[in-house]
Amino acid sequence: MDDLSSLFTGFQIALSWHNVGFMAIGVVLGIIVGVLPGLGGPNGVAILLPLTFGMDPTSAIILLSSIYWGALFGGAITSILFNIPGEAWSVATTFDGYPMAVQGKAAEALTAAFTASFIGALSGVVLITFVAPLVASFALRFGPAEFFAVFLLTFCSFIGMGRDNRAKILASLCLGFLLAAVGLDSISGDLRMTFGSTELMRGFDFLIVVIGLFGVSEILLTVEEGLVFKGKQAKIDLKVVLRTWAGLPRYWATLVRSSIVGMWMGVTPGGAIAASFMGYGLAKRFSKHGKNFGKGEIEGVLAPETAAHAAGTSALLPMLALGIPGSATAAVLLGGLLVWGLQPGPMLFVEQKDFVWGLIASMYLGNIAGLIIVLATVPLFAAIMRIPFSFVAPVILIVCAIGAYTISNSIFDIWLMLVFGVVGYVFKKLDYPLAPLVLALVLGDRAEDAFRQALIGSGGALDVFWANGLVTTLVLLSMMLLFWGPVGDLIAALNRRGRAEKPAAAE
Amino acid sequence: MKQHWLAACAALAAGVSPAAAWEPTKAIEIVVPFSAGGASDQMARTMQGIIQKHNLASQPIIVVNKPAAGGAEGMLDIQKSAGDPHKLITTSSGIFMTPMATKLPLNWKDYTPVAMMAQDSFVLWVNAKAPYKNAGDLMAKAKTSTPPMKVGGTSSKREDNLIVFAMEKAGGVKFSYIPHTSGGQASTQLAGEHVEATTNNPAEDVANWRGGATRPLCVFSEKQMTYKEPVADGKSWADIPTCQSQGLDVTYQMLRGMFMPGKVTKEQQAYYVGLFKKVSEAPEWKDYLARSALVADYRDGDAFVAFLKADEEKHAKLMSEAGFMAK
Repeated sequence: MDDLSSLFTGFQIALSWHNVGFMAIGVVLGIIVGVLPGLGGPNGVAILLPLTFGMDPTSAIILLSSIYWGALFGGAITSILFNIPGEAWSVATTFDGYPMAVQGKAAEALTAAFTASFIGALSGVVLITFVAPLVASFALRFGPAEFFAVFLLTFCSFIGMGRDNRAKILASLCLGFLLAAVGLDSISGDLRMTFGSTELMRGFDFLIVVIGLFGVSEILLTVEEGLVFKGKQAKIDLKVVLRTWAGLPRYWATLVRSSIVGMWMGVTPGGAIAASFMGYGLAKRFSKHGKNFGKGEIEGVLAPETAAHAAGTSALLPMLALGIPGSATAAVLLGGLLVWGLQPGPMLFVEQKDFVWGLIASMYLGNIAGLIIVLATVPLFAAIMRIPFSFVAPVILIVCAIGAYTISNSIFDIWLMLVFGVVGYVFKKLDYPLAPLVLALVLGDRAEDAFRQALIGSGGALDVFWANGLVTTLVLLSMMLLFWGPVGDLIAALNRRGRAEKPAAAE
Repeated sequence: MKQHWLAACAALAAGVSPAAAWEPTKAIEIVVPFSAGGASDQMARTMQGIIQKHNLASQPIIVVNKPAAGGAEGMLDIQKSAGDPHKLITTSSGIFMTPMATKLPLNWKDYTPVAMMAQDSFVLWVNAKAPYKNAGDLMAKAKTSTPPMKVGGTSSKREDNLIVFAMEKAGGVKFSYIPHTSGGQASTQLAGEHVEATTNNPAEDVANWRGGATRPLCVFSEKQMTYKEPVADGKSWADIPTCQSQGLDVTYQMLRGMFMPGKVTKEQQAYYVGLFKKVSEAPEWKDYLARSALVADYRDGDAFVAFLKADEEKHAKLMSEAGFMAK
C-alpha cells in the first residue's frame, strides 16, 4: 500500500495548475499531430522535446506524454472520417469505422473510438499502477524465440480467425512480407532488393504504403462511384455521444477481451499494432455480430481501439522499468528522460519516486482530459462529413501527399503513395484483404529478425521454439488459432454432410 | 547543379571580403544518421540544448533523423548537400564502416570535418548472476561451449561485430554474434540471460548495471576510464579494468564528431569549429560526457584529420580481416 500513497502524492504533483495547463496544451497539440498523417506521435514529441529542456522533468514528461495521448486519440479521427490511418495501430479502426462514417454514423464511430481508447488506456494505467515490478521481470523472459512466437501468434490469429477467403489472406500476407524485406537487413548488414536505388534503401515506410492503400485508393473508388459523400445526412450533436455511451455496456465482453489482449501485448513487447489487429480478429470471431464486421459494426471500432491503447499505455512500463521502448514514441520519450538526467531502469522507481508517480498520475488525468477534449470536438470533426466530396477529395489528396513527403522529405515517396493507391484499388476490386499486407509489412522484418536471432543462438536447431514453457505455450496457441478456422469449417462441413446422409440412411 | 553554383557564389563572396566572419542566415540542420533516442541522437539533442541555452548561435538548430540503411541515408543526404553551410551531421565509426560494408559511393573525404567531440568506449558486459570474475574466465568458458557462446551487440558488420571478431581471433575461440537493432535491446536480452555477454557502450548498459541486472567485466580501451563517481555497488567507471590487463588483447574506441557537407568555405568551417569548441567547454557538455561515460577528446583542424586517417586505416584492416567488406 506504500505504492498507493505514492500515487496520491503523484496526483498532488500532477494536479498543480501549471501541470494541468501543460496537460491540456499537450493533448490539443497531440490531436493536431495525430490528425495529420505522416507527422505522427514520435515526430511530434521529437519536435517539441527541445522546448522542454529548461523545464522541470515532471512537467516536461507530463507535457510530452499528453502529446502522446492526444496523438493516440487523433489517429482515430482520420481513420474513421477518411479511411486514412494516422498511425499503424489505427489501421484496424478503419475496417468498421469508415463504413460507419459512410452510413452517416461518423459521430457514433468517433465517440465509440474515443471511449474505447480511454477504457483501453485506463486498463493499461491500472496495470502499471499495481503490477509494475512483477511485469517488469516478466518482460525479461522474452528472448528472440519468444518474440518470434508472439509475432507468429498475431499472424496465425489473423489467418485462422479471418472470415475472408484464407488463400487471399495468405497471398496478401506474403506480399507484405516481401515488401518488408526491402532495405537494410539488420542481421546480415546487407542491402536487399534495392536494385541499386538509394530511394529503396529506406525500405517501404509503412505510413506511405498505408496512406496509398487506404486513403488514395478510397478516393479512387469514390470517384469511380460518382462524387457523392454518403455520410452527409449525419445527425451530429452531443446527444449522439450520450446515446452511444448508453449502448456501450452491451459490448463489455469485447472491451474486457481487448483490454486483456492489449495489456498482454504491451507488456510482452508485442506492441500496439499487433494488439489492435489481434483485438479486431478475436472480436470478429467471438462476436454475435461477427458477420457484419467490415460493414460498419460498432464492435469493430471498439475492439481494436481498446486493444491498441491498452497496449500503447502498457508499453510505457517496459520503457520506465527496463529502458526498452515499446513504441517509437516511447523511444523518443526515453531520449528525453536521458536528457533530463533521468536514467530509466529498475532504479528509476526507487530513486525518482516523484517523477514516476507524477507521470503515472498524469496518465490517469491526461486521458480524462483527452477524452473530454476530443468528445467536445466530435461535432466539429463530424461536420467535415457535410462538406461536398468534390471539395474534400482534393484536400485529402494534398494532405496525403504532404504526409507522404514529410516522412523523409522525398518526392519519390509521393509517387510510391500513388502506386500503392492503385494497388489498393485493384485489391479492393478483386476482393483481396488489405489488412494482412499491412500487418506483414509492419511486423514482418521484426518477426524475421527474431527468428534468425533465435536460430543463430541455437546453432540452427529448431528446438528453441519449444525449449521452455513460455515459448511452447505461445507456439501451441498460435497453431490453435491458425487451425481454429479451417477445422471449424471442416467440422461444419462434416456435420452438414452427416445430416444430409442420415435421412438417406433412414430411408 | 544549383548547389555548386551557390557554393561558387559563396566562395566568390568570401574571396571579395575575406575579413568578414561568416554567420548562418537560416536554421542550422543537424542530421543524425540514427534513429531518435539512440546515442547519436542524444548527443545531437544535448548540443542543441546547449547552443540554445547559452545563445551560442544566432539561428535555431533543428535535429533531423535519417536512420535508414545503417546511417547511409543521412550520409547520402550530406553528400548531396555539397556547399550547403547550414547542414551538419553527427558521425561515429560508421563514417568508414557504412561505405565499406555496403559499397555505397560514400567517402568522408568528400565531407568537411568540423570537430571530434569525444570518444566512446566499449565494455564487455555479463549478466550480474554469471559466474565470470574476469574476461579470462569468460574466454575459458567460451572455448568449451557448444553451440558457441552467444554475444549480443548492435547491427551486423559494425563496431560490436568487429570487437567480437577480434575477441575470437585473440582467444582462438568461436562466438555466435547476435545482432540487435539497438544497444538497449542487447542489454535487455543480457539482463534476461538470452545472451551470455554484450559489447555495449557504457551508456547503453548503465541502466541495467545500476539496476543490478548486468555488470561490466572489462573495457576495450588502452587505459581505464576516468569517471570516479560511483555508479553501482560502490563501483565507478574508473574501477573497470582494461581487457588487456585480463589477458584479452582487444582494444577499440569509437569517435563521435561533427562533419559538414563538402565544398563549404574556410570561413563557414571556422564558424562551426568555433561553435563546437564553445559547446565542448559548456558545463552541460561535461555533465553529458560524465553521464554517458564518454572519453573527453576534443580535436579540430589537422589533429582531427590525422586522427580520421589513422582510424580509417585501422578499420579497413579490421573489416577486411573479418570479411565484412562488401564485394
